[in-house]
Amino acid sequence: MPFKRYVEVGRIALVNYGKDYGKLVVIVDVIDQNRALVDAPDMVRGQMNFKRLTLTDIKIDIKRVPNKKTLVAALEAADVKNKWESSSWGRKLIVQKKRASLNDFDRFKIMLAKIKKAGVVRQELAKLKKETTA
Amino acid sequence: MSYKFHQFQVVGRGLPTESDEHPKIYRMKLWATNEVRAKSKFWYFLRKLKKVKKSNGQMLAINEIFEKNPTTIKNYGIWLRYQSRTGYHNMYKEYRDTTLNGGIEQMYTEMASRHRVRHHCIQVIKTATIPAKLCKRESTKQFHNSKIKFPLVFKKVRLPTRKLKTTYKASRPNLFV
Repeated sequence: MPFKRYVEVGRIALVNYGKDYGKLVVIVDVIDQNRALVDAPDMVRGQMNFKRLTLTDIKIDIKRVPNKKTLVAALEAADVKNKWESSSWGRKLIVQKKRASLNDFDRFKIMLAKIKKAGVVRQELAKLKKETTA
Repeated sequence: MSYKFHQFQVVGRGLPTESDEHPKIYRMKLWATNEVRAKSKFWYFLRKLKKVKKSNGQMLAINEIFEKNPTTIKNYGIWLRYQSRTGYHNMYKEYRDTTLNGGIEQMYTEMASRHRVRHHCIQVIKTATIPAKLCKRESTKQFHNSKIKFPLVFKKVRLPTRKLKTTYKASRPNLFV
C-alpha cells in the first residue's frame, strides 16, 4: 500500500493533542524530521510536532511560508472548510461534537425520534415479510 | 513553547578606584536558566578574561533577550567548547529551529545524549544564523528543499488527553499513517 498523505507545504492537518485540539491547520514549512511550522487563520504561526498532527486528504496550493493574508486567501479559494465539513471524517467530527453538547431535553427528543424511526422501519419490514410469505 | 535556557545580556565592570575612575565596561550575551545563574556565569567568564572578580566589580545591567522572529525557521550554527572525560574540545554544530533559545536547548540535549556532556561542562563560544547556502551539515541541508515531501510512516495512536488513558483496550490500534 503506497502512502497517499504526505507532509508537504500546504497539507491540511488536524491537531489531535494539546491546546489546539480539534483545529485544522496548514503545514507551512518543515523545520526538521519531527516538527513543522503550522498556521491557521485564528492562531499565531508556530511549530508543532508531527506527533500532534493527523494528516488529512486536503492540500492547498501555497508557496513555502506565505504571509497570513495570502494563506487566508488560499484557504478561501480552495474552500477548505466546506470540503472538510462535507467529507465523511469531517461530518463524523461534527456529529460527535453535537452529541457531546446535548442537554437532557435534547436527549429526550432524540429518544422519541429513535423510537419513531424504529417503528417505521419495523412496519416496512413487516410489510416486506408479508409479501414474501404470501 | 517554554524553553529551559534563556538568553541574557549581562553588563558589568570593575568597581571604580582612585587609580581608575572609569573602568572599562564589559557586556556578555550568555545562556542560563535564570538571572541569578546568568550573573554568576558572567563573573566566571570575566574572571578568565580580565583581572576582576564579583567582589571588586559591579553588575550594571541584566536583560533577557527574546527572539525577534519566532515565526520563521532559521539555521543556527553553534560553536562550543566542551570538556570530555579526557580533555577540552571545540565543536561546531548546526540546528534548524524557529528561535535561538530552541537551538541552544537542542544543542544541550544533543551533547548530553551523544557525548554524555552535562551542561556545566559546555561553553558556548559563538552562535550565528547561517543562510542556507553556508550550512555544512547534511542533516540540516536535507531540509533545504522548497518542495519537501515525505510521508509519516508510522502513526502512534495517542489519546487526546491523559485523562482518557486506559490500560486495556478492546481492539488493536491501526498504525497505518
